[in-house]
Amino acid sequence: MDDPLVIGDRQYASRLIMGTGGVANLAVLERALRASGTELTTVSIRRVDTRGGSGVLEVLERLGIDPLPNTAGCRTAAEAVLTARLAREALGTNWVKLEVIADDRTLLPDPVELLAAAETLVADGFTVLPFTNDDPVLALRLEELGCAAVMPLGSPIGTGLGIRNPHNIELIVARAGVPVVLDAGIGTASEAALAMELGCAAVMLATAVTRATDPEAMATAMRHGVAAGRLAHGAGRVPQRFWAQASSPPR
Amino acid sequence: MWIQVNGTEREVPDNATVTEMLTALAVPPRGVAVAVDGTVVARTDHDRTVVPDGAEVEVLTAVQGG
Repeated sequence: MDDPLVIGDRQYASRLIMGTGGVANLAVLERALRASGTELTTVSIRRVDTRGGSGVLEVLERLGIDPLPNTAGCRTAAEAVLTARLAREALGTNWVKLEVIADDRTLLPDPVELLAAAETLVADGFTVLPFTNDDPVLALRLEELGCAAVMPLGSPIGTGLGIRNPHNIELIVARAGVPVVLDAGIGTASEAALAMELGCAAVMLATAVTRATDPEAMATAMRHGVAAGRLAHGAGRVPQRFWAQASSPPR
Repeated sequence: MWIQVNGTEREVPDNATVTEMLTALAVPPRGVAVAVDGTVVARTDHDRTVVPDGAEVEVLTAVQGG
C-alpha cells in the first residue's frame, strides 16, 4: 500500500472517513460511499425498532468498509462510555469515535467530559478517536491520555463553514505524534484539500456529501480533493511573494 | 414474565436468557447490543445470562449517523 493512513494497528489506503447521517435513503448512501473510496465509516448506536437493524451495516459490509461506531448525542462522559461499550458488543470492534457534545445549538465538544471519557475508554482497551475542538492544548492532552488519533473540527458540525482557524489546525499537526483527522465543517472539496495541505492525515465528513444535491458526485469530488491535498502537502509548495516573478525567460 | 424493553412493557418466557429474549422479541441478534438494568451484557454471555423478571432492558443497534 502506497502512503497508507495508519491509525492504531490498522492501515487504510483511503484518507477519507465518511459518515452515514443525513442521506435520503440507503441506495443513495451506498452509491456515495462507493464513489468516496472510503474504507472507514461512522455509524451511531440507537434503540432497535421492532424490526431490528437499519440496514446500514449490510451496506458497509457489501462495500468492505469498516464500521466506526460513534457516541453522537452523548452529553456526559458516563453516557459516552456506556454507548462505546454497547457499540463494542453490537459491532465487535473496540474502535470508537468519541463525541461528547456540550449543547444542541453549537454541537461543540465538551472538553471536560471528553477528557474524562477518553481516559476511561483508553484504560478499558478501546482505540479512541476523539472529536475535539480546534484547540492545540486539548489535542495534546488527548494524545497524552492514549488516544489513537485526534479529530479537531474545522467548524461546527453540519455548518459547512470550512476551516475557520487554519493556524490552529497547523499547530495541532505540528505537535501531534498521532494522526490528525480534520472532522466536521467541511462544505466542499477545496476545504477537504486545504485540510490535507495543512498536514492532516485524513478528513472525516458526512453532511457535505449526504446533503449535497448530488451526493455521489460530491463524494467523488471529496475523494479527489483529499488526494490532491495530500499530494500538494508532500510536494513542497512555492513560497508566497508580494511582487510578481516571471516564469518565462526575459528574451 | 413481563420486562421493560426500550421503555415498553413486553412479555417474554420466564427465566429467558438474553438470547432467548431476543428470539421472543423477534430481534435479529446480529449487530445488537443488550444492557440489562444498566449493565452491558457481553455478547459471549448472551446464552447464559438470565433476564430477571421486571428487568429494564435496552436493545441497541447501529443506525445511520455521524
